[in-house]
Amino acid sequence: MTERMIEVEGLTKFYGDYLAVNGVSFSVEKGETVGLLGTNGSGKTTTMRVLTGYMPPSSGTVRIAGHDLAAGSLEARKHTGYLPESVPLYGDMTVAASLRFFGQVHSMGRERLASSIDRVIDTFGLAEYRDTIVGKLSKGYRQRLGLALAVLHEPEVLVLDEPTVSIDPVQVVDARDLIRRLGEDHTVLLSTHQLAEASSLCERVVILHEGALVAEGHPDEIAERLHGAQRVSVEARGPAERTGAVLAAVPGVSAVGASALVEDGVYAFEVTAALRADVRESIARAMSDAGIGLRGLARSSVDLEEVFLQLTRGKPEGPGA
Amino acid sequence: MRNAALLAWKEIRSYYGSPMAYVVSAAFLALTGQFFVSGIAELLPEASLRDVFTPMTFALILWAPIVSMRLLAEEQKLGTLELLLTAPLRDWEIVIGKFCALVAMLLGIIAPTLVYVALLYWHASPDGGPMLTGYLGLLLYGSAAAALGLFTSSLTGNQIVAGVTAAVALLFLTLASEASDLVSGLPSTLLAGVSLPAHYTAFVAGVIEVRNVVYFITFIALFLFLTTLSLESRRWR
Repeated sequence: MTERMIEVEGLTKFYGDYLAVNGVSFSVEKGETVGLLGTNGSGKTTTMRVLTGYMPPSSGTVRIAGHDLAAGSLEARKHTGYLPESVPLYGDMTVAASLRFFGQVHSMGRERLASSIDRVIDTFGLAEYRDTIVGKLSKGYRQRLGLALAVLHEPEVLVLDEPTVSIDPVQVVDARDLIRRLGEDHTVLLSTHQLAEASSLCERVVILHEGALVAEGHPDEIAERLHGAQRVSVEARGPAERTGAVLAAVPGVSAVGASALVEDGVYAFEVTAALRADVRESIARAMSDAGIGLRGLARSSVDLEEVFLQLTRGKPEGPGA
Repeated sequence: MRNAALLAWKEIRSYYGSPMAYVVSAAFLALTGQFFVSGIAELLPEASLRDVFTPMTFALILWAPIVSMRLLAEEQKLGTLELLLTAPLRDWEIVIGKFCALVAMLLGIIAPTLVYVALLYWHASPDGGPMLTGYLGLLLYGSAAAALGLFTSSLTGNQIVAGVTAAVALLFLTLASEASDLVSGLPSTLLAGVSLPAHYTAFVAGVIEVRNVVYFITFIALFLFLTTLSLESRRWR
């Protein structure tokens, strides 16, 4: 049975009369990397601040590693590593002193702390800056230190609020690589409005819009639900017309797009099929039976941007969609 | 308390790692030294610190806002408060840690004035009792001012606003005893009751009155409690 490391049920947060988060529910399984997507003001940061114990929800419950935040906030915070969006750090401390201070705050023993500091300094490439004053670090290295502080006490859950915002493209690549590696042995919830980042780092996404959850799942699944269908791309050697007819006759296929010439005698088709009916095996069989050479067969990866825009500009499909 | 000590140590290191600590200490010593010198330069000087203890409290109402204004206001402005509040720390541990750091800084500026005591013992035979009670009163006075400064620092992310608010409040509490003479009845009693100097003069005279000690300890506890509430209220907002 999978273990839920983050469980959010009916999370609602008001700032005065302003409703920032409206009845959001989702969960993150152990070892998963989940993206919290949304435009500015969609409630991502508020949700993360509630999850990390910075502020309580107006209503709803949050459990981190099995600890209810309302009843055991301190215990939940011990299991959480948090990187706030602005990467706040003490500018007058050295890199090593910052790590030592936050390790001590997390009650790490002397030996464990020393080895953890060496580990994160090595992992995040901070060896050269170990004794550098934090105020003198570049944005990219501040980001690395922020991540190092978040994972220093070996938390089970990592909450990263826009971890690659405001750093240069080279540093973004490095940061994503670090997050990918962190995802190998942590449960990660990261917020972003960079859709490519969510696509490359996250197994699932939770999309918020105006404080409400509008979709949850793998981007492809969400797209399929939105379109009510799945798309499969087929590349085959054979007459275009006949190949199209064979494809259209496959059970579950609802439409076959116009063919596109890939190379001499080879055509590409975009096939639309019914939701949840994986037609790839049927297509392969049909092609083989018809004597058409199948060169490629894959479910089309859906452009997350398209999904996102449809959800945030168009009509939301509603929670749990 | 381990976490409070950890935070206090961080603040003390940060404070003494900046030039401000030494500038403030030097200014305090120069100001109080001026009163010490003018006291012993009289024709028939008294071998005591009576003339120094009262001006020291005026210096403290300047000192407290200066050193306390950044402690929580800066954390709010830089966002580091978010790191502290999401770490496994209790709100009161953060407040006690910051307050202990302020008391250590207070000791840091008062300690050099012991040179006056040494000079008096070198050249005369002063009565040690009033000096001891005077220093105890000064410690309580400074701690009370620091607690108030810490509270105003928790209210805003703007250090200047926090500092000016603390200075105005301390000035009011200092002048309240003077103002109590201008009115009568309940307002007069209230003004005299809240006045900081009114509860300090007995210490300078060498008398430790329980009501004065209770006043300062209550004052400190009240403002530390309010500071904790102020931090907690960030979670409610």
